[in-house]
Order: sequence, then structure tokens, then C-alpha cells
Amino acid sequence: MSSTAAATLPGRRIIPAPIAAALGRAALVVAVLVAMVGFWELYHWIWTSTGWSWPFVVNDTSMPHVWTIVKAFEQPAQVNQPALITVLLHKTLFTAKEAAAGFAVGAVIGFALGAVLVHSRLLQRGLLPYIVGSQTVPILAIAPMVVVWVNPKLPGPLQGWGAVAVIATYLTFFPVAINTLRGLQSADPRAIELMRTYAASRWAVLWKLRFPASLPYVFSALRLAATASVVGAIIGELPTGLQDGLGGAIINFNQYYSIEPQELWATNVIAALLGIVFFVIVVLAEKLIVRRAPERIR
Amino acid sequence: MSAASVVRLEGVTKTFPHGNVTALEGIDLELTEGEFVSLIGPSGCGKSTLLRVVGDLVEPTRGAISVNGKSARQAREDGDYGIVFQSAVLFDWRTVAKNIALPLEMLGWDRERRRARVEEMLELVELTAFADHHPWQLSGGMQQRVAIARALAFEPALLLMDEPFGALDEMTRERMNLELLSLWEKTGNTVIFVTHSISEAVFLSTRVVVMSPRPGRIAGMVDIDLPTPRTAETRETARFFELVTEVRELLRSRGEHLLPEEEAVLE
Repeated sequence: MSSTAAATLPGRRIIPAPIAAALGRAALVVAVLVAMVGFWELYHWIWTSTGWSWPFVVNDTSMPHVWTIVKAFEQPAQVNQPALITVLLHKTLFTAKEAAAGFAVGAVIGFALGAVLVHSRLLQRGLLPYIVGSQTVPILAIAPMVVVWVNPKLPGPLQGWGAVAVIATYLTFFPVAINTLRGLQSADPRAIELMRTYAASRWAVLWKLRFPASLPYVFSALRLAATASVVGAIIGELPTGLQDGLGGAIINFNQYYSIEPQELWATNVIAALLGIVFFVIVVLAEKLIVRRAPERIR
Repeated sequence: MSAASVVRLEGVTKTFPHGNVTALEGIDLELTEGEFVSLIGPSGCGKSTLLRVVGDLVEPTRGAISVNGKSARQAREDGDYGIVFQSAVLFDWRTVAKNIALPLEMLGWDRERRRARVEEMLELVELTAFADHHPWQLSGGMQQRVAIARALAFEPALLLMDEPFGALDEMTRERMNLELLSLWEKTGNTVIFVTHSISEAVFLSTRVVVMSPRPGRIAGMVDIDLPTPRTAETRETARFFELVTEVRELLRSRGEHLLPEEEAVLE
């Protein structure tokens, strides 16, 4: 990247290369954010000043100003309540708890499922269609059933949010299972032959070869699953009527949209940030765990 | 025969069910301790299959194999041989040292014993400075040296090599040939070496086994009586050229089965 070059004078390095690269990337992210905000406001200005109504009429309700949304964070949403940002952060922690639990359980189930399926072609043929089918059922259609089935059986501390975590699990396990299966099959056949020459047991081949070879695949699934678990948690909150999370906040602010649209937008921004945080955590974990050749093609 | 027999094949035939291909037919071959035997022939002559039969990675349709006086399966399970493939087949997630330690882990060696042996092996293939590198940080030749160190780490009596230098450029290949020879002189292994290259086979071996294709048969054998230790100059001696010519003519005489592009490979 040119950022590395920019931080280096001939013969003298001002900032260490990895930090310079990280700064460069951060600057890029900020630049894109500024561009998006600029685009939003420009669009708002052009459509309101010309009066264009296609594809929708632009006004301060359909597209509140960015500064209105930002300001909403520091004002209370309702009288006698703390600032919106405080309320939202509490709700975010609640949703994050649901998503993290769902993500962890889903990742374990998905990985175990992939590890079982890789050893049996029969099970693959028999089960894969149903695993795929499970994901074509709209989550909104099964969420109420999950709540009805699961919630009464949960111990006290898990009541309510536990059922939502199950819904997040439902969205998480699928990509992990599919990619684990693929990853475990990705080991070089020559390497499997090599393990045979060591008279390696099935277990040793799985643990020393197939599992480490699968990690890049597993992690790309975990990245998808990280954001899916947040979506699952938010959607899972809708039919449960839980008011403690972001899903509850979205339903609530949706009802007042025509009066105070900026509050729903503010909630959306926070929900997006939560998804990004989950994603980044997985990427960082991957960097720490997976040792592989850097991509040759940039 | 004075030296002990390490590998003995009797009437080994291998037919693959797909398309009813006879890869090997009636192979009789015996290797004694410390021999360096190259298998050479055009593609499809079954030389790799023969190597795999010895390693119990492919089961013969007919015939008997013994390795170190045992069945091929028993020999594999006892870790009687090390193998090197055309590609190094190193594990990306392991460092060079850990890659060499892999077979030792499989044998259940403790950490201290593994560390000591890996150090020895790194010295042997002159990669001590690269112990903590990952495979993708090494050149093709260095990767193959790691693969050889891994194959020799548990001191197997027999080394199976399937075109180990086939993917390397000519210069690296010749250097690797010299290195392999000096390793072989140090360790005294029995080696089966599969190759496409006549000069490589002649330069390395004590005996060259020439194979012909469809079905894979032994077309002839040439004892290589070049003096040892062999050096880069050995390739320029008259005797070397004579032996190369002898092997080439053996390949040619069975060449009536060859397709034009296979003929080209032998040039």
C-alpha cells in the first residue's frame, strides 16, 4: 500500500510499517464514512430543492439529516429518561449477549455437524438437503414457535433472552456447518497419503491435518455467522416482545417514526456497529490463530 | 547375495478397475540394503504405482511384496520407510521445525527427543536458520529439503521418492541431486527413486530400472558403475554419457508403444 511508502523517508522510517498500514486503513474507512455522509446530505439537498419524488419523496422524515440523527443520541427519547445513547448501549449489551451466546452455540453445533458429515457420505446425502432447507424457512416464521417451545423449558436466568439466542444459533450454525464440511475435505490428498505412511489413525488425520486445513474455511464462515447472529438476535426479539434489546427498540421507535424518525435511524446505526464489532472480533481471532500463506494475488 | 534384501517384489500385477487399465504386470524386483535404485520410464509406465505398491498405498491385484522381510502393510504400520512426493506437501500452519517433527509426533516421541532430532535434521539439510519459518516463506528447493528431512527424521531404512525434484528448475535440481547423494552416503538408506530424467537417474543411482508402458513392465536394468563420491564433474565423464546412452536405448527399444509426446519426454 502507498501508506507504507508515505510513512517512510529514504533510509529512515518514521512510523513502524504495521502501524502505518493500520493507520492507512483506518484513514480509508473514515474517508468512506465521510463520503457516505456527504452523499446522503447531497441527495437530500438535491431531491428537496428540485422537488423530485422518484423513487420516494425526500423530506426530513424519510431522510433525516445526519446531524439530527447524531444529536438524537444525546437527547432522551422520552421524558424523564436518560440520553438515547445510554438507553441504546444498555439494549445493545443485551442483544450482544443473545448474539454472542447464539454465535458460540451455533459455531460449536455447526462445526460438530461438519465434522460428523465429513466422515459419512450417506449422512451427507441424507442430511444436507434438510440443513439447506432449514435456512430457506423465514426466520420470522419460526421465531414465534421457538419462543413457545423453548422459553418455558429454560431455567430462570435464561428466560426470554435464551430463546432469542436459540434463534441466533439457528442462523449461525448453517454457514459454519457447510464450510467446516468443505474445509475438512480441503486437505491435500497427498498429505492424507503422507499421514497414511505414518499409519495415522482417523482421529490423528482429523486433528493434525483436516482440522488445521479447514480453519481458513471455518473462519470465513464465522465472519458470516458473526453478522448473522446479530441479525438473528434482533429479529428474534421481535416476536418475543422483549423490550430489553435493540429489536424491542426498533419496534418501539418504528411506531413513532413519523414524529421522530431520527431515533429509529440512530438505533439502526448502533445495530450496524454491533454487527461490525462482532465481525472485527472474528477477524482478529483469525489473525491470531490461522497461520497460512498470505494471499498471492492482491 | 551378500547384503540383506530390503524390498522384494514377485510377479506384482496391478489392474485398476476404471477402464481396466493394467498399470503393472509381472514385476519382479529385489533391492538389497544400501542400494539406490531409480525407476525410469515414460508417463503411464506405472513407476509411481510401483512405488506406491511398495509403500502399501496401493494394493496389488496379484503378486507378493515383502519389505524388511514383512508384508508391505506391516512395514508401513511399523514406519519402515519415509516418503517424499513431487510437491513437498508441507503443512502451512506448521513451522519448518514442526513439519519435520510431524512423523516423530505420530510415533509418540516426547518433546525433548523430538527437539533434539529436529535440530539434527535441520543441520543435515542445512536449514537451521529457517527452523521457525513457515513453508510459504521458503523456495521450492528448500521446501523439498524440509520434506526430505521429514522423511528421514525417524531413521527409516528405506526412502521412497516420487519425482521429488520434478517441479524444480534444472539448476536447483542438479544441486539437490548432489545434496541427496551426500545425504545418502551419510545415512546409508536404501532408496527407490522415481524420475523422468535419464541423467538424474544415472547420476544418482547404483542401478537404474527401465520401465515400459501399457502394461507397465520392467524393460531392463542398468548397473551404474560410476565411481563414488560423485561430483558435478561426474556428469561430464565419458562413462556417464555411455550409461545415459544405454538407458536411453533401452527406453527406445521399447518405444514402439510410445505416443509422440511421450517420445519427446525421453529426449
